[in-house]
Amino acid sequence: MLNKIKLILKSVRQYKIYAIITPIFMMLEVLLESAIPFTMSVFLDTSIKINSINDFTTFFDHPRLPFPVSLLTLVIAMVVMAMLSLTCGILGGRFAGKASVGLATNLRSDLYKKIQSFSFANIDKFQPSSLVTRLTTDIGNVQQSFQMCIRIVIRAPLMMIFSSVMAFMSGGLVAFLFIILIPILGLGLFFIIRKAMKIFLRVFKRYDALNESVQENINGIRVVKSFVREDFEKQKFGTASNNLKNDFVKAEKIMALNNPLMNTTIHLSNILVVSIASYLIGKYSTYDGTTIFNDHLSIGQMSSLLTYGIQILTSIMMISMILVMLTMSLESVRRIGEVLEEEPTIKDPTNPVYHVEDGSIDFNNVSFSYSENAEKETLSNIDIHIKSGQFIGILGSTGSGKTSLVNLISRLYDVSKGTLLVGGQNVKNYDLKVLRDNVAVVLQKNVLFSGTIADNLRWGDINATEEEMRKACDIAQASEFVDQLKDGFNTWIEQGGSNVSGGQKQRLCIARAILKKPKILILDDSTSAVDTKTDRLIRKGLKEDIPETTKIVIAQRISSIEDADQIIILDNGRIDAIGTHEELIKSNAIYQEVYNTQNRIGGNA
Amino acid sequence: MPPVRIKERGRAKKDTLPRLIKMLFKKYPLRLFVAGLCITFNVFANLCSSIFASLIAGILTKGVIENNGAFNPFDINTFYTAEVMGNSFSITSNIPLLLIFMGSIYFVGVFASWWWNRSMAIITQNFMNDFRIALFNHMEDLPIKYFDTHAHGDIMSIYTNDIDTIRSFVSQSIPEMLRTTLSVLFTLVMMLINSIWMTLIVLLGCVAMILNTKIIGGRSSKFFIKQQKQVGVVEGNIEESIKGLKVIKVFTHEEKSCEDFDKLNDLLGQYSTEANVAANITMPINGNIGNFVYVLTAIVGLLIFAIPGFKNFTIVAGFVDMHLNVEAFNSTIVGFLMLNRMFSNNINQFSQQVNFIVMGMAGAGRCFDLMDEVPEKDEGYVYLCNIKRHEDGTFEETEEHTRDYAWKYRHNDGKLEYRELKGDIVLDQVDFGYVPNKIVLQDVSIYARPGQKIALVGSTGAGKTTITNLINRFYDIADGKIRYDGININKIKKADLRKSLGIVLQDTNLFTGTVMENIRYGRLDASDEEVYAAAKTANAYDFITRLPEGFNTMLTDNGANLSQGQRQLLSIARAAIADAPVMILDEATSSIDTRTEKLVQDGMDKLMEGRTVFVIAHRLSTIQNSQAIMVLEHGRIIERGSHDDLIKLHGTYYQLYTGAFELE
Repeated sequence: MLNKIKLILKSVRQYKIYAIITPIFMMLEVLLESAIPFTMSVFLDTSIKINSINDFTTFFDHPRLPFPVSLLTLVIAMVVMAMLSLTCGILGGRFAGKASVGLATNLRSDLYKKIQSFSFANIDKFQPSSLVTRLTTDIGNVQQSFQMCIRIVIRAPLMMIFSSVMAFMSGGLVAFLFIILIPILGLGLFFIIRKAMKIFLRVFKRYDALNESVQENINGIRVVKSFVREDFEKQKFGTASNNLKNDFVKAEKIMALNNPLMNTTIHLSNILVVSIASYLIGKYSTYDGTTIFNDHLSIGQMSSLLTYGIQILTSIMMISMILVMLTMSLESVRRIGEVLEEEPTIKDPTNPVYHVEDGSIDFNNVSFSYSENAEKETLSNIDIHIKSGQFIGILGSTGSGKTSLVNLISRLYDVSKGTLLVGGQNVKNYDLKVLRDNVAVVLQKNVLFSGTIADNLRWGDINATEEEMRKACDIAQASEFVDQLKDGFNTWIEQGGSNVSGGQKQRLCIARAILKKPKILILDDSTSAVDTKTDRLIRKGLKEDIPETTKIVIAQRISSIEDADQIIILDNGRIDAIGTHEELIKSNAIYQEVYNTQNRIGGNA
Repeated sequence: MPPVRIKERGRAKKDTLPRLIKMLFKKYPLRLFVAGLCITFNVFANLCSSIFASLIAGILTKGVIENNGAFNPFDINTFYTAEVMGNSFSITSNIPLLLIFMGSIYFVGVFASWWWNRSMAIITQNFMNDFRIALFNHMEDLPIKYFDTHAHGDIMSIYTNDIDTIRSFVSQSIPEMLRTTLSVLFTLVMMLINSIWMTLIVLLGCVAMILNTKIIGGRSSKFFIKQQKQVGVVEGNIEESIKGLKVIKVFTHEEKSCEDFDKLNDLLGQYSTEANVAANITMPINGNIGNFVYVLTAIVGLLIFAIPGFKNFTIVAGFVDMHLNVEAFNSTIVGFLMLNRMFSNNINQFSQQVNFIVMGMAGAGRCFDLMDEVPEKDEGYVYLCNIKRHEDGTFEETEEHTRDYAWKYRHNDGKLEYRELKGDIVLDQVDFGYVPNKIVLQDVSIYARPGQKIALVGSTGAGKTTITNLINRFYDIADGKIRYDGININKIKKADLRKSLGIVLQDTNLFTGTVMENIRYGRLDASDEEVYAAAKTANAYDFITRLPEGFNTMLTDNGANLSQGQRQLLSIARAAIADAPVMILDEATSSIDTRTEKLVQDGMDKLMEGRTVFVIAHRLSTIQNSQAIMVLEHGRIIERGSHDDLIKLHGTYYQLYTGAFELE
């Protein structure tokens, strides 16, 4: 955990100076805050020595000061101190804000960059929704606790120490009383909080679960209403919520002991201080007719002891509350640290190759599994050799390993056994960016990003001209519908591409990949929502306009791949057969089955 | 679908606070009253501490003076009289009595503190629980339109964020407001007893503090709102880029997307720094206004002491000449300065609390907005019931789950009439729009005779799903009629209408729970055997038994551990067990492999047997055996007829079928 905290604190960078000086200002503020009442007591003691307002500037000695002071100097001193304290307070608050927000901003950026550096294997390990929470809520928590650390964590213990010192200075041995009370209060608070926290942490998890069930109800409201399950859901929610409440009440009842404990200790301290003081004053006082003398304890000292006592005990309460909040944010620290500590499983080699010769691909006895201790390999003994510029079709049922196979080519995952060559060079030798720029993949679950169509297309080539974009769209059969849009290439795409149809989205994604001018183009089931005619036109375009590019197409429809140079049939992670349409239709059972089903029902399937 | 409204996050309506308070007091009048009393006593006990010291000091001084030196302070039989608080009062007592008195006040004070803390915790949790349940129950009763027009994230944030503001309002703000108000009043009175002149100075400082809180606090909340908006932007970016992370990797777009993110993130940093700084400096500024007032009052005290003729003025003793009177100075001025500090602190805390409440009420306001949404209305009076057939063709109502149903309604004269449910559904010249003046469906007529399969075909946005939304009254039609077995569906109880319609939706939504529970969702009283049977009907049985724990496998996160095809099979099983006489099937668009698709298709086919069915087709292969196919375009039916009729027609359907058009 300590490592994770250190890792997170590293992100403070340029705001380090603020993080360091904030506590200094807070310290000064506390110092001044206790110095002002002290000065005030000197002021009051001196006030009663004067005979008229003209003595305002007269200097008097004071037993607790080594030099004589006048009322005027004391007033000036207090005003200056208040102004300094104001400055410290403002600066402290300002720097604390800068430091904590700065840390959060840097941390968000660092975390974002880290996630961007993840390989597919890393991404699979974390749920997308959990990554989002880490970047948002968790960082918010860290920001809060960090600010609290540099502001109050310094302030509260310091307050306690100052007040204790002052208590000893003004009350002598009587202040030992507080030394006894501090641990009693501290331990009491500790046990209360520990007991309550245990319940809280458990209940918070169930609270999250309750909220998740609300989410399910919102998303599935059509199901709820169709099956007329409103009452059922209400009852389910009510029961869960009631149980949750009972647990919360249990924890809160324990927490409700905090305040009374605090009050008890303060009151106890008051009564004890007053009793001891009364005893000392009663026993040792002398009176000469005008002034009361007492070497052991004066009435004034008793008052200060009471004040400092309250300050000491309040600061302990504050410390305990801070500890509670910090404990709660530890979970966030853990979750953020986990991501920061995660090392990308795929990195650039030390002496990378920056040039991809051509679009040839060689799988030499490749095996692959997603985790080392998986029982079954996802791909076993794959041996395929593809020449540059060939058109390859891949067919197989769900889970047969089609997507896994093509993901290896651009090194989205690393092979477990065997070697994989692209352009005659092991993929592990390439600079990642170079490799991926040369191997364009149109993913199965493809997304467009919010921005214009042009913005999205330029992902393929940041400097693409409108002409180039048009060319790519022509090949992908997207030009026609783009032209129909009022704003053409400047049409705004909503988040997730929700304002274009599935088929249009797929065509734009293909165009985006073509713009990369890759040596290898992989279409992973990328034309499923496109009609057969357009599908055919796209393939024709690819063949004629980018003949040099190796094209790999994964499809459910036989019609999409029947004219491929080679068709690879995958079954259960193994190659079942490789051949052309004519060969397979004669010899391969799987191919025949799929062909027959699709031709029997015909049409658009 | 109607357009989605994105909520602006701003300030709350004016009536939010009184409404919340009223709700709270209506629910727990006695408990709140008792808790309030306890708080009052607790405050009183704590404030007594401050007078306690001066009382003890007065008595001790008197004791020493009267005894000319040392004396036994714990002698309970000897009394001393001392002037306290600006010579306004005198008390006659001794140390033991005072200690006992204070001890008892403290004791009761601690008890009061325990009671109100505990009580407020219980009130808070109960109130939150009731509020949460009321919110959820109300939400469940809202029409589909509400869910279609509000971003789900916004609705969710009511539960995850906004409710919390109510919690801190009840558990912290209310007691804190009461406590600080009481303390302020108490110290104010005490100050006035000590010195009116000095009190005026303090009040002046108080005005300065309130102004400061208002100005800086206002600045803070301005940036706070800006910050919240930017948080939304940044979170949108995060969500998009995390969900599209694989695409980013494939396009080696990492650097660019980091760059874009940093721009948004830096702006967020800027706004939240401003908001934070403003919030951070309110307290120190107020605290130091307090310090200046502190010094100023001391000077006034000095003037009263030093200038002859400048008399102190109190509300109890009136004008008191304290010129060079040390004893009066000690008790009055010193006491006042202590009160002054307490007063300032409480004013400071009070104004902070006001800020919290103002910010928090925006959240409470959003909760109330949801509460104020109008629930789905149901004016139906025709009910659905199970019937048992007799051999002579007559039937009678039964509680058993038979597969036969009838519509039941009571005439004005109290006579019950039954009409057998046949599954005859007619849409007669229906017009509809999600928003007024924007027609989505126009003049749509569909006649589905019992047992017929009606297919709806058309591109995205043509209005296919809308039609099904109208049949089960998720939305109400603008014009025309929809009749079910000759009954206008507006007359049928919504719950009964929906029970009679089995629906398999395009997006499968599963719930957290076991596979068994998810299938049983279709009919809650189904036995295990019936669940197995339904799973078999839907072709889901095989894959379920292969899951690690079979039917007891837990599903979370909308069945994240299942494939798309498997989720569809489960939703078919769920519809199968409901066994409704009429089915609406909205095919999923996502592509699944040929084998699973065949399973899904077979499952759907079995479900359709002997029922009136509406199918929204994305694959034309599935609907060739339909009695009628409706081709929709821009909310109108442009072609209708059987598969063979439409092929002969050589129109849109023909083009779709031959693959010349795409369906999406």
